[in-house]
Amino acid sequence: MVLQEKVTATAKPATGVVILRKAVQIFGELLITAGIVLLLFVAWQLWWTNVESDAKQTAAVKDFARDLGGPVAPAPTPAATGGTAASGPKDYGAPAVGEAPGHGGTIGIMYIPRFGENYTRPIVEGTSGDVLDTLGLGHYGNTSMPGAVGNFAVAGHRQTHGAVLDNIHTLVPGDKIYVQTRDGYYVYVFRNNRIVLPSEADVLLPVPNQPGVRPSERLLTMTSCNPRFGSEERIIAYSVLDRWQPTSAGPPAEIAAQVARARGEG
Amino acid sequence: MYGWIFRHLPGPLWLRVLTSLLLAAGAVFLMVEFLFPWMSQFTQFTDSTIGAPRNP
Repeated sequence: MVLQEKVTATAKPATGVVILRKAVQIFGELLITAGIVLLLFVAWQLWWTNVESDAKQTAAVKDFARDLGGPVAPAPTPAATGGTAASGPKDYGAPAVGEAPGHGGTIGIMYIPRFGENYTRPIVEGTSGDVLDTLGLGHYGNTSMPGAVGNFAVAGHRQTHGAVLDNIHTLVPGDKIYVQTRDGYYVYVFRNNRIVLPSEADVLLPVPNQPGVRPSERLLTMTSCNPRFGSEERIIAYSVLDRWQPTSAGPPAEIAAQVARARGEG
Repeated sequence: MYGWIFRHLPGPLWLRVLTSLLLAAGAVFLMVEFLFPWMSQFTQFTDSTIGAPRNP
């Protein structure tokens, strides 16, 4: 009898203890749940948003490239047509400058061989979250269009949502950056980058950091956050227009394969 | 908490396992669709523009 009483005493603790045990257990389970949710969030942000955006951007590039048409074969080099190789690519005069589309409209496609063979990203009008979070490079609406004298400025994410400008710090002066629009292909050459505070909007001026000065160069400015996993600063990459060629002339030979692939024909 | 839910699911064991997996998948879907996009405004990875803060 005494033994049995002892057993029941240990098996049935006081009600207060029971409630406390339950509370601790639920609290622990909630903490574990919160930990799992945060891990899932990190995975979602650093990995899944890229998967999603890559798919959307590839589709956007394909749609736009198909819509553009024009030859996929590169323009024949001067050497092939009997000219001298030293004369360089044909000069097509002053670049055509297109009209900016409405917010969310596709301006063109950017090819940056330094970022990889398959680096083809859409350039879309606007720099708000809905553009940058899904469609890649966003054009600052108050800046010029590709090819214009002044500053053609775009923003892109360094991390997450496609991480379109993740490798912006790997650009080397002289690297070619190709922009394809309805009018043609613009070849920019990377010049320099700067790291500035997020408030320094003067980097987007027609002549960067010189308000009121009349521009004479045709610039491409790319902005992204810096450091790679933070946003305390901004990294700014400047490129200068080297040459352009109309759509009818075909893509520059260096990116002919990418142009064909973007259209889904390569 | 989770034990309590599992014990109160109807049906045989295999059905309860299946139901709990579906519930977990549903919870993950809701988080990816609604919770995570909302949470992302508190992280810093997505500020890539310069000048004014991001438009809404």
